[in-house]
Amino acid sequence: MELHALTIHALQDLLAKGEISSLELTRSVLDRIDAVEDKVRAYITLDRNNALAQAEGADEQRKRGEGGSLCGIPLSIKDVLCTKGLRTTAGSKILEPFIPPYDATVIEKLRVEGAVILGKASMDEFAMGSANENCAYGVPKNPWNLAHVCGGSSGGSAASVAADECIASLGSDTGGSIRQPASHCGIVGIKPTYGRVSRFGLLAYASSLDQVGPLTKDVRDAAIMLKAISGYDPRDSTSVNQPVPDYTAALGADLNGLTIGIPKEYFGAGLDPEVEQAVRKGIGLLTEAGAKTVEISLPHTEYGVAAYYIIAPAEASSNLARYDGVRYGFRDHDQHELLEMYRHSRSQGFGEEVKRRIIIGTYALSSGYYDAYYKKASQVRTLIVQDYAKAFSQCDLLVSPVTPAPAWKIGEKIDDPLSVYLSDILTICTNLAGLPGMSVPCGMSSSGLPIGLQLQASHFAEEKIFRAAYALEQRLDLAGKKPM
Amino acid sequence: MKITPEEVRYVATLARLSLSEAEVEKTTLQLDTILSYVEKLDELDTSSVQPTTHALALRNAFREDETKASLSQREALANGPLQNGEAFVVPRVI
Repeated sequence: MELHALTIHALQDLLAKGEISSLELTRSVLDRIDAVEDKVRAYITLDRNNALAQAEGADEQRKRGEGGSLCGIPLSIKDVLCTKGLRTTAGSKILEPFIPPYDATVIEKLRVEGAVILGKASMDEFAMGSANENCAYGVPKNPWNLAHVCGGSSGGSAASVAADECIASLGSDTGGSIRQPASHCGIVGIKPTYGRVSRFGLLAYASSLDQVGPLTKDVRDAAIMLKAISGYDPRDSTSVNQPVPDYTAALGADLNGLTIGIPKEYFGAGLDPEVEQAVRKGIGLLTEAGAKTVEISLPHTEYGVAAYYIIAPAEASSNLARYDGVRYGFRDHDQHELLEMYRHSRSQGFGEEVKRRIIIGTYALSSGYYDAYYKKASQVRTLIVQDYAKAFSQCDLLVSPVTPAPAWKIGEKIDDPLSVYLSDILTICTNLAGLPGMSVPCGMSSSGLPIGLQLQASHFAEEKIFRAAYALEQRLDLAGKKPM
Repeated sequence: MKITPEEVRYVATLARLSLSEAEVEKTTLQLDTILSYVEKLDELDTSSVQPTTHALALRNAFREDETKASLSQREALANGPLQNGEAFVVPRVI
């Protein structure tokens, strides 16, 4: 296999033995980008020259016997994370000229580990979307079938990993935005526990739900990446001061002693039969590996989408107030009155979906409607949290599909926002409860589109997720399959 | 209708957005569909349920009030669409 097609752990071995250099590896990935990017459109900004310079730096570090766990590994980064000196747009026209003066904490951590940053991956504008169709810089395509969406909002991250246009990527997940594109693109994606990873330098969408996490070619790579980015950060007061385990130590041979819960509400009406079949087969393999199964009920699951589409827009309406044409980003210079300048800059800078969510959120928080919408949704959130607490008293993990169906065709749902919102039903409650969740590939549809299996665990129980995902991966042997 | 075009215009003003008449019309219809769906929440009796704003029980995070390195004035202004080297320039307010 060519270098760009390999995993982090396979490349670490080759780099450590001196069989390859990071410069060769980075060139291989850049060549791959040249060959397929016209079709996939995974990147908003490529930082070719700096990537090569970082690779040379990594090779020198390694010669000196230094270099961390990602030394010389080329990564793509969702364009929602601030990268010092490298344009960061959040997929929005309003941030088209924005050059961050600092690195997000997770980017600092990747640099400490020696990673090579190739560029910024496409995404739904301000992470609002489930198909990456809401991007001011074009729509990335699903590498398995270019007529289909790659999922969202971390769509460019998922597509770049699946198409071997990077070795791994970082995304963010507010209602499924790592797991859903990972599922649609046939790769691994994990949304960590809320507070596990710093949000400093992550352009905020819904601050009580947002979390940064890796998208990778296999489970071991996800474990390596998550360890690299996790940990307490004094600059994020919601990050949690708890030791970071070596997640690779959780990858083992069997699942003896592990109980997996099957939430019946996740297998209800509207689930594509092929998705159900693939997930049930995955559950069978997990039991073969030694896990016990138990049926679980999460009765408030069906209210998750309604609660989320009040809470997330409410937080967004507040977070996005900062884009006012004064301190950064786009400004309508033809307006000479302050309020009009704000209104015109924002209206021209934001796309349709972002404006829609700002308006929903402002409405839900406005005088007279607060109790009926925001408070009500926050109370339902409590019921969802309680459902999970009860479930995790009976099992270690919840196993389910990630999405009700494989990736839809580009353009199919563009004028029906509610139908897109409803496609988030299986991933959204994880964020409302702040839990960790992963999508791991478990099969393919008859039309050749990937299907993911979701694993959810209690707060800070990522190791259980890694353990089960690895056991499944070992028994499925999908890892060698490539889309293009 | 859950929401009227007048309300959409008013909320847009609160949100510092300016919508064309066509946008108001489209947004009203889409918001009506979304708010009708959200009414589903009223099926649940939450009169005795405490709201959750963060899933983890967070406490205030305090730190010492110390001076630390921060952005220089030049760096802080660098992304301003209109600035004079000392401050961001905005239309006259008073």
